[in-house]
Amino acid sequence: MKELWTMFLTFCRIGGLTFGGGYAMLPMLQREVVEKYGWATEEELMDYYAVGQCTPGIIAVNTATFIGYKRKGITGAIAATAGVVFPSLVIITVIAAFLSNIQDNLYVQHAFAGIRVAVCALVGDTVIKLAKKSVKGWIGICLFLITLIIMVIWNPSPVWFVLAGIVAGMLLGKAGAWKK
Amino acid sequence: MTLLLLFYEFFKAGLFAVGGGLATLPFLYDIAARYDWMPMEKMPDMIAISESTPGPLGINMATYAGYQAYGVLGAIVATAALVLPSLIVIIIIANFLKKFQANKLVQDSFSGLRPIVAALIAAACWQVMKITLFFFDVYAETQNYLDLFNWKTLFFFVLILVLLRKFKLHPFFYIAGAAVAGIVFQM
Repeated sequence: MKELWTMFLTFCRIGGLTFGGGYAMLPMLQREVVEKYGWATEEELMDYYAVGQCTPGIIAVNTATFIGYKRKGITGAIAATAGVVFPSLVIITVIAAFLSNIQDNLYVQHAFAGIRVAVCALVGDTVIKLAKKSVKGWIGICLFLITLIIMVIWNPSPVWFVLAGIVAGMLLGKAGAWKK
Repeated sequence: MTLLLLFYEFFKAGLFAVGGGLATLPFLYDIAARYDWMPMEKMPDMIAISESTPGPLGINMATYAGYQAYGVLGAIVATAALVLPSLIVIIIIANFLKKFQANKLVQDSFSGLRPIVAALIAAACWQVMKITLFFFDVYAETQNYLDLFNWKTLFFFVLILVLLRKFKLHPFFYIAGAAVAGIVFQM
């Protein structure tokens, strides 16, 4: 019970002190999980990260679930995951509640109009970096362009593309298209 | 009823969003396009708040969207639903981690998935840009291509993009700076 509680609190701290999740969380995880508590080795942590990226869900949550499950089974997995999520739940709810009270203010509206421009730039920048890393070879470029064009024009559910990507990946793999 | 739908939609997002936080974004847009309890105009605010507060991006977005749709209970339900598929999938995979990583089918499907996920996020980004940097409604009326662009916001968009590349500051600084610019220049 005590370790479950420690686990919850540790992951609370990790979730509450890192911005952006994903890779931003790695140094914090290394310090707390590997060095301080020894819940996983450095190598295991990297494995969790790698697998966390190619399984559904948020990487930070996936990694927390792995570590919790390894130490304490299913209850450990739940404790660690609840910990990572808890600070966001509190902070965002408070901000959202506060915002809906001041939304009609003219200054707030102008501020948010400015913020929207920054969001375009931030997400745009991430998309460029991501595309450079994940769109490789002419097959990658084709998959990227077809998806982008269909999404922009018809805007169907992204679920179909995820499923199509998995199937296409396997079929192309069978045909030997991914060899470098 | 909304709560059940909320759970179903975010569970689906959690199950199909592969590749971390931003990968949830296309699914949230899909939800906003189909239901009126999550207004499309709120999406950029949601991204801004999620990027400038601590915690994983995907979780922050789910909490915010859930709160908009159904208050505190909605925030909890949306976040729990988003996390649940990970919890189940990881617990299953944890038992044969090494085999999963080395599996050729897993590697192949991920090769196909990577460019598609990048395109899905790019399309979601275009949805934000469409309403922020362009005036498609004005253009439809006047047919003058100069009316298509929101010159003021386009200028700041390029400026922030250049600053982003030059100084790798935390997103919070750009968001705060843009908020001030928004007030000063009446955006």
